Amino acid sequence: MVNKSDIKKNGESVDRDGFGPSTVQDEVVLELKNLQTHFTTKWGTVKACDGVSYAVKKGETLGVVGESGSGKSVTALSIMRLIQSPPGMIAGGEVILNGRNILELSEKEMTKVRGGEISMILQDPMQALNPVFDINNQVGEAIGIHQKVKGKTRWNKVVDALRKVRIPAPEMRARDYPHQLSGGMRQRVVGAIGISSNPSVIIADEPTTSLDVTIQAAYLRLLKQIQSETGAAIIFITHDFGIVAKMCDRVAVMYAGRIVEMADVREIFNNPLHEYTKALIGSVTKLEEKTGRLPQIEGQPPLLYNLPPGDAFAPRSPLKYDEKDALIRPELVEVEQDHFVQLSRCSVADFDKYKDKVSY
Amino acid sequence: MTTEEKKDYSKVGSAVGCSNDGDPIIQVRNIRKWYQVNKSIPIFGKVDWLKAVDDVSFDVPAGKTIGLVGESGCGKTTTAKMVLGLENPSTDGETEVGEIFFQGENVNDLTAAGKREMRRSVQAVFQDPWSSLNPRMRVNTIISEPLEINTTMTKKERDVRAGDLLAEVGLNPYQGNLYPHEFSGGQRQRIGIARALALNPKLIVLDEPVSALDVSIRAQIMNLLVDLQNEHDLAYILIAHNLATVRYMCHRTAVMYLGVVQEYGDTEEIFAHPTHLYTNALISAALPSHPDIERDEIVLPGEVVSPVNPPAGDVFMTRTPLPVRKNHKYTKERPPLIEVGKDHYVVETPWSTVTGHDLSEFRLSVDQEMK
Repeated sequence: MVNKSDIKKNGESVDRDGFGPSTVQDEVVLELKNLQTHFTTKWGTVKACDGVSYAVKKGETLGVVGESGSGKSVTALSIMRLIQSPPGMIAGGEVILNGRNILELSEKEMTKVRGGEISMILQDPMQALNPVFDINNQVGEAIGIHQKVKGKTRWNKVVDALRKVRIPAPEMRARDYPHQLSGGMRQRVVGAIGISSNPSVIIADEPTTSLDVTIQAAYLRLLKQIQSETGAAIIFITHDFGIVAKMCDRVAVMYAGRIVEMADVREIFNNPLHEYTKALIGSVTKLEEKTGRLPQIEGQPPLLYNLPPGDAFAPRSPLKYDEKDALIRPELVEVEQDHFVQLSRCSVADFDKYKDKVSY
Repeated sequence: MTTEEKKDYSKVGSAVGCSNDGDPIIQVRNIRKWYQVNKSIPIFGKVDWLKAVDDVSFDVPAGKTIGLVGESGCGKTTTAKMVLGLENPSTDGETEVGEIFFQGENVNDLTAAGKREMRRSVQAVFQDPWSSLNPRMRVNTIISEPLEINTTMTKKERDVRAGDLLAEVGLNPYQGNLYPHEFSGGQRQRIGIARALALNPKLIVLDEPVSALDVSIRAQIMNLLVDLQNEHDLAYILIAHNLATVRYMCHRTAVMYLGVVQEYGDTEEIFAHPTHLYTNALISAALPSHPDIERDEIVLPGEVVSPVNPPAGDVFMTRTPLPVRKNHKYTKERPPLIEVGKDHYVVETPWSTVTGHDLSEFRLSVDQEMK
């Protein structure tokens, strides 16, 4: 199936999966600076998103990877300002979208941004769509709010949006109800709502987990195509390194509410530094070859209201370490060009190589 | 537990790609499950049949894993339900079409004691660990429920056994006093596995056991399943749509489409030389494990068609471009499985690499897909 000739050398401009050359441009559209989202619970304050910083460029796909409870979805909801308050609150940091901090906008202005400049594609297409309204109604709602059109114009825009996501016979499908569509088609409708207002950032929260492999492949291809047409930046939230390998330009690995490693997708796969990243990549079953016993990460993700004081990954790290090193709170540092790692003696095997970059 | 006697497999019918080697626990021969869609008696017109499973045969040897792969609606779960006895194979008027054999004995001819043994020996683990455990029962009660029904153990013995089982699946015995909601997804799946192991089964049906779990937890559960298999000589029927999972766990694989097995045989052989167009398409759509791996994606036109009244001949016909459909030998009857390699069988179609067909013409570009 896949032989050596399929694997091309690093660094060449590769036309991956026939998507065409890279769509990444230099203009930063969305930047998170030290974003903190806390929840007040009866067990104490949960720091679900604890100082997350990243930037997404125009046309770029950033993969945010981590286990359940690592804070990847909360970060996305904080960008959309959809955190329910109480119990949640955005405790600090900035979210800069096209040059302005959207955390300072009023709720009225935010309504225009949400679904306009930033849109979100949710995980479960059956829950994201309302079963009692037809497709026209649901796609048209977003178009009506953001583009202030109605009647015939709105209908035409709905049909256009459905055509953009490659739904066959969009004029007929627009009159259907969600239950009349297959899973893949439903997910395309959710995508149509997302792209209908030409957003500059699309947040895709595990949009393909409930789909079959063939449908999944078609949907990922569609997202890439939409991206190359509109130049939107995509933040792809997933726990699957297979999707990362196929879709993403850059990867941020999250653990316990913080980014532990962030780099270009090839750098992450070829030269992972943090033990957590290594373990996540290693635990993926390979289709290309018969794998021996899978390496596995021992233990469970930590409870966020009861985090270890310093390096949250230390208890699961396979490395030998000193107890007092685990108490040091590690910093995210740039060890190579565009390669950020949360440097800790407990979870980075090459710590000594980079130890002059930190003060501990 | 059971006496080791030589099983008699002489009653089992023969089928392509199947043999009586390796002490099969379950042998499935030409079973079908058709559901009648329109309930009222049709005076005019014909009855519509949903052919969920149509003429499926395979063996499950002791200590081996057989994988059933395919997209949603291909009949893999229905097949497993029939093996578990949750569904009966469809009848053809009076007699059942096809047979299921448990250790060489037709399940319909089993004595009461034989039926009990079969129910003890064949267990299941389900996909969703959030809905397969009763939220109002303690874990110990969940695990020892099969023991209570099937054995004469006392309450104390059952609790000890439940503790042993929890330890075997990597949980702490004291966690037996907790309720399911106090566990994470991976731990719940371990509880489900412990429950399935309670009666020392010979075969466990695994219906998508890892697809609801995080990738990092998947590795733990798959390793656990492999370890348990080696330790207890368990046989598994693994239902999955993730091909990488199948390649990691299965010894033999059956690729199904619309209730019909399209390609069947040794897993390594199938992944090394995928022959049927559908198998190639599934493999090409699977996610890569490294960004530098590129695959030519085979895009099949359309989606899985409805299993109501599938084509009379080759069921795969509707997923291929029109020109290929002409000169097809099998338009009225199902194409047979033919042997194409060592322990590797595929249905006889024009769209397989064996018949000299160049599959590259199916490597459609995205624009073509839209037409």
